[in-house]
Amino acid sequence: MSTNQASPMLSIQNLHVSVDGKPIIKGLNLEINAGEVHAIMGPNGAGKSTLANVLAGREGYEVTDGKVLFAGEDIFELEIEERAHRGLFLAMQYPVELPGVNNTNFLRSAVNAIRVARGEPELDAVSFLKLVREKIKVVDMDEKFLKRSVNAGFSGGEKKRNEILQMAMLEPKLAVLDETDSGLDIDALRIVANGVNMLRRPERAMIVVTHYQRLLDYIEPDFVHVLANGRIVRSGDKSLVAELEEKGYGWLEKEVAA
Amino acid sequence: MSANSDQVDELIKSEYEHGFVTNIESETLPPGLNEETIRFISAKKNEPEFMLEWRLRAYHHWLSMEEPDWASVEHPPIDYQAISYYSAPKKKGEGPKSLDEVDPELLETYNKLGIPIEEQKALAGIAVDAVFDSVSVATTFRKKLAEAGVIFCSISEALQEYPDLVKQYMGSVVSYKDNYFAALNSAVFSDGTFVYIPKGVRCPMELSTYFRINEAKTGQFERTLIVADAGSYVSYLEGCTAPMRDENQLHAAVVELVAMEDAQIKYSTVQNWYPGDAEGKGGIYNFVTKRGECRGDRSRISWTQVETGSAITWKYPSCILRGKDSVGEFYSVAVTKGKQQADTGTKMIHMGENTRSTIVSKGISAQRGQNAYRGLVRMTPKAENARNHTQCDSLLIGDQCGAHTFPYMEVRNPTAKVEHEATTSKISEDQLFYCRQRGLSEEDAVSMIVNGFCKEVFNELPMEFAVEAQKLLSVTLEGAVG
Repeated sequence: MSTNQASPMLSIQNLHVSVDGKPIIKGLNLEINAGEVHAIMGPNGAGKSTLANVLAGREGYEVTDGKVLFAGEDIFELEIEERAHRGLFLAMQYPVELPGVNNTNFLRSAVNAIRVARGEPELDAVSFLKLVREKIKVVDMDEKFLKRSVNAGFSGGEKKRNEILQMAMLEPKLAVLDETDSGLDIDALRIVANGVNMLRRPERAMIVVTHYQRLLDYIEPDFVHVLANGRIVRSGDKSLVAELEEKGYGWLEKEVAA
Repeated sequence: MSANSDQVDELIKSEYEHGFVTNIESETLPPGLNEETIRFISAKKNEPEFMLEWRLRAYHHWLSMEEPDWASVEHPPIDYQAISYYSAPKKKGEGPKSLDEVDPELLETYNKLGIPIEEQKALAGIAVDAVFDSVSVATTFRKKLAEAGVIFCSISEALQEYPDLVKQYMGSVVSYKDNYFAALNSAVFSDGTFVYIPKGVRCPMELSTYFRINEAKTGQFERTLIVADAGSYVSYLEGCTAPMRDENQLHAAVVELVAMEDAQIKYSTVQNWYPGDAEGKGGIYNFVTKRGECRGDRSRISWTQVETGSAITWKYPSCILRGKDSVGEFYSVAVTKGKQQADTGTKMIHMGENTRSTIVSKGISAQRGQNAYRGLVRMTPKAENARNHTQCDSLLIGDQCGAHTFPYMEVRNPTAKVEHEATTSKISEDQLFYCRQRGLSEEDAVSMIVNGFCKEVFNELPMEFAVEAQKLLSVTLEGAVG
């Protein structure tokens, strides 16, 4: 296949990560190409969120071994915002509230910070508003949310939709969705998943981190990986989701222990 | 983040932009305070007899008082005999008759500060009174204001030209007995600004005073008196800076506002006195008494302040709500970093029926800064149906700073309502991570979060000032996180 001939968008090689001196990820290998959607599943404490946060550069995670190349660059040499400038986006499990910071201004500052870092001109207010009005349809959000403070007083579902709106605006190369389904009712889940599907592109890759299979009923992954005890213990196509649904995670963990 | 802590230190060291000294010949009184000092100042200004008598009464009262020590600030004792109480740029010949004759060195100083005094260069719609050390050096747009009947001049001039108005109102809101620093100011004040808005007049432009302390070992003791007669409106802005000097300099001002029936006064301050260096050496002691009286029914006084400078800030812009249905407002942002200390807040004294007051105080502390909100809401027995709402928020940046809240409430009327809300928060690692993950630099993220925190106060500032305040805040806090 043509995608396999080019170098992968993301290459994780023998990654080891500790938190407070305790090893959480213990030798993880994964390659992701443009256009692919990878689901990472696994029981609580397997290291799923650690992986998402380490990719984005959050403090408090110590990389003890291995490396990660993003579009050929060593990701650990880059600051948090530099990773964002190169097209890495993390939709967070717990989106943060920024009281008094207007949602539109925040989006515009983010879009322009990334444009400037890439040597592109800033978007003026008119073009920006046009763009945001178009993108907000992706997540079926009322424009009144643009006037509110970032995530302040938003419900769980509204916060997650706001994350997807940001993703739509920032047009990332690689989107990492960390437990985007947590805390969502079925309607919100459908809207968020629909938004994600609308943003699937041949040039964009996605990592969908989730504990439950239900999100994957809506976002159909190309590959599914099961993370247990800091390693990928099984990879397959979407049929693996059904198998997990049936048997739970226990059988895999037992297999690994054996 | 630790990687750029050197950068952070650089930024903190470099950021006071107004620290230059103007080389201008001054006539400066030697340090020391006694009756002669006061007679000298009064004579220098050719004041009417009543003024000198008032000053002397204030001086003798001051001698009987002790410096207050209840504020949540610490400083070595102030030697009042080591301060010079009068310093004025030397006049060439007769002194300037028009703006064209103002010493070019002074014009240059104000230009450097971004305060153009030449009218053709001035910001449209703002008239400026420039106070340099002890005296007013220039007042712009006087003709245009005079056409509307507005008096806008230095206190010294007002004493010559409108002595009756000054006599009627000066000290009527802040008595010379009010407090230690007000008494000192009443004895030795050297200049300041006088504003009178006649009945029914909406002042056609923003009025502004720009205070600059230049001379070493000099205190600045100015008085501002603003009288808004029935049905009038005025918006007044005040800005301040000082050179970087190793010694502490004292700024003890008094501001009095009087709003008659249906009058409205909006008073905005952006205070950026030199705060001292990172170790707490030097900087201005800003010990100021500001008070407004809503004397007439349905009058309204709003104080908005952005306090980023000074080694120590000690001020409580207050409202006496005497008229029925009168309204008092206080919106404040106070920032302390380095070793700065601020003890600031307000007093709302409700005396009339249906009086209302709103207090919004935002304290930001970074590095080793200490920030205290101290506020009094008093509902007197006659204040039927009076209402107050207080909101007091503190933002902490780092783990060596402090925020303190001292709300005092005295309610002597059963129909009065007093509400107090207080929050303390930190700029969290999570917030910074979130912003940076979206592509913003750490500095832009801090600036955005802090500006968001202050939004309710900035919304109250006139447009030009709001923009300036936002910039000032960004510069002040640049690199304060690390």
